Amino acid sequence: MKIFIPQDMAAVAVGANRIAAAIEAEAAARNIPLTIVRNGSRGLFWLEPLLEVETQAGRIGYGKLTVADVKSLFDANIFDGGTHPKCVGPVEAIPFLARQTRFTFARAGIADPASLDDYRALGGYKGLEHALSIGPAAIVAAVKDSGLRGRGGAGFPTGIKWETVARTASDRKYIVCNADEGDSGTFADRLIMEADPFMLIEGMTIAGIGVGATKGYIYLRSEYPFAITMMNRAIDLARRAGLLGTTIHGSAHAFDIEVRVGAGAYVCGEETSLLESLEGKRGQVRAKPPLPAIKGLFGRPTIINNTITLASVPFILAEGAQRYAELGYGRSRGTMPIQIAGNVRHGGLFECAFGVTLGELVDDIGGGTASGRPVRAVQAGGPLGAYFPPSMFDTPYDYEAFAKRDGLIGHGGLVLFDDTADMAKMARFAMAFCAHESCGKCTPCRIGAIRGVETFDKIAAGIEPEKNLALVRDLCETMKLGSLCALGGFTPYPVLSALNHFPGDFAAKPLPLAAE
Amino acid sequence: MAKQHSVWNATDAREIIAAEQHREGAMLPILHALQAAFGYIPRDAEPLIAEALNLSRAEVHGVISFYHDFRREPAGRHVLKLCRAEACQSMGSEVTAQRLLDLLGLDWGETSPDGRITIEPVYCLGLCATAPSALFDDEPIGRADQQMLETLVMEAA
Repeated sequence: MKIFIPQDMAAVAVGANRIAAAIEAEAAARNIPLTIVRNGSRGLFWLEPLLEVETQAGRIGYGKLTVADVKSLFDANIFDGGTHPKCVGPVEAIPFLARQTRFTFARAGIADPASLDDYRALGGYKGLEHALSIGPAAIVAAVKDSGLRGRGGAGFPTGIKWETVARTASDRKYIVCNADEGDSGTFADRLIMEADPFMLIEGMTIAGIGVGATKGYIYLRSEYPFAITMMNRAIDLARRAGLLGTTIHGSAHAFDIEVRVGAGAYVCGEETSLLESLEGKRGQVRAKPPLPAIKGLFGRPTIINNTITLASVPFILAEGAQRYAELGYGRSRGTMPIQIAGNVRHGGLFECAFGVTLGELVDDIGGGTASGRPVRAVQAGGPLGAYFPPSMFDTPYDYEAFAKRDGLIGHGGLVLFDDTADMAKMARFAMAFCAHESCGKCTPCRIGAIRGVETFDKIAAGIEPEKNLALVRDLCETMKLGSLCALGGFTPYPVLSALNHFPGDFAAKPLPLAAE
Repeated sequence: MAKQHSVWNATDAREIIAAEQHREGAMLPILHALQAAFGYIPRDAEPLIAEALNLSRAEVHGVISFYHDFRREPAGRHVLKLCRAEACQSMGSEVTAQRLLDLLGLDWGETSPDGRITIEPVYCLGLCATAPSALFDDEPIGRADQQMLETLVMEAA
């Protein structure tokens, strides 16, 4: 009998290791032979820890388990068809999962992430085989034809970036994976690296062959210790199997990957700051041009792509650019792994074609708030993304549609807030976060963010509120137009959206009554 | 589990630096390795790194001070990182964190006088659908509530 308990960091955070140990002990005590597979998470995080039992009718799930449930699972004889109140039925029929179009996350949670055999059995390395058979120029053409755009937030066409690197002559070129996923409300990169690490290795290898690069770096944030361990393990296994090294898959191409651990700087998710950090310097933003595609890491042509972007490549090569491009909305082609988080009932990763509305994601798929109170706001796209009120829930999930409404989809995060949220506090937090994380290179961000915090404090204290609110708007204009990168440049999104959609929250707070 | 760190000594530090020095852009790997060994990066490490990487001491100091991860003095025996980012805030993390700090009489980044515990902010652990989140030494914690965190910090030895 085979059962599955995720080794994913979020699952472990809510007790997966304790449950695995308890089940193992109970099975031994009752003399029941069980094979426990520590799979990756399916991304249905609200159900974690999620136990899955392999049966003839497919994998049956038992969600939100606690150690106290373990004895009763055995008493109910669930490993032999018994019923239990925590049963959520066949996992693949759970609407949250059944409604998804999983291209990039097709394998997430199915098998042991560190098993190369499982990866291959589930279609892994078909993309690389195809890539090797068609050669570099056709690889770049396929990525271009797929319409894939950078999933880190900027939405730049990936194929164009690759073409630029391919055309730039150099003694060395690099593939850099941006796995510095610092946006609150996002965990797609983490899930890729923890649940399907070979997919990222395969994607980076295809990129290397496509543009003639032989070295890849994964810049992985230190806040993701499980992903660091898993990626290093997978790289080691791929190397031993000849899938990284001097003769990739027996071809004449060489490619190898190294994990580099970040050090807690949010701004290093910005691509030029990330390159500086990889070079061993302060993570300060570089002025562009030159573009990293021409002068990137150590001054060499560099593909720097987000983790999701690179992980989307094996599917495109294996299944064809057309298959990917035929889904989508407007200029946003393919699928997007949307991450629904915060105060949400059904939080997790939802991969689907672009075009679904924000309201469907929040209400139908997310099921509203975890607290059961009305949704007040949704922050889309991380700390630099706008707050959307329910009146804007008809916005289709698409780069251009969000931009038209003064928002951004960013890296695909959605954070729900219920009606207890104080939007003036959130606007102040956006400025405070920018001040905390500013690299200090440009003045609008370095000084502007601090002045923003001070001005919000004055507003809250009732000091010339109208004048100071006008000042905040003026400051936002300066930061938006004058900052070197998206940290200072996009901090106005959460600030202005809070001001525009929730103006009532910015009235002076009544002073607390003095204690008698 | 509380982490065990060696007492600072230049001989070990030189060996650690030499083991990482061959990498392209070796600075961050060196700093992480030093912190893993000693629990922090003492000022005395700066000239050693500078010499190995052919940089000025000021450049090394500049890198160390840029990144939130690198400590300039040892932390407590346990470190509790509490997430302060938006997804955790939406689940009430700020109220919980403040109560915990008040209970311990500490501010963010401070260590209890008995050296038992350090409380630090972290901005996102990627556990945003099981918020609020925390990291206690190496152990991730999801759906963290007041009572759970209080028990954790009071029982930490």
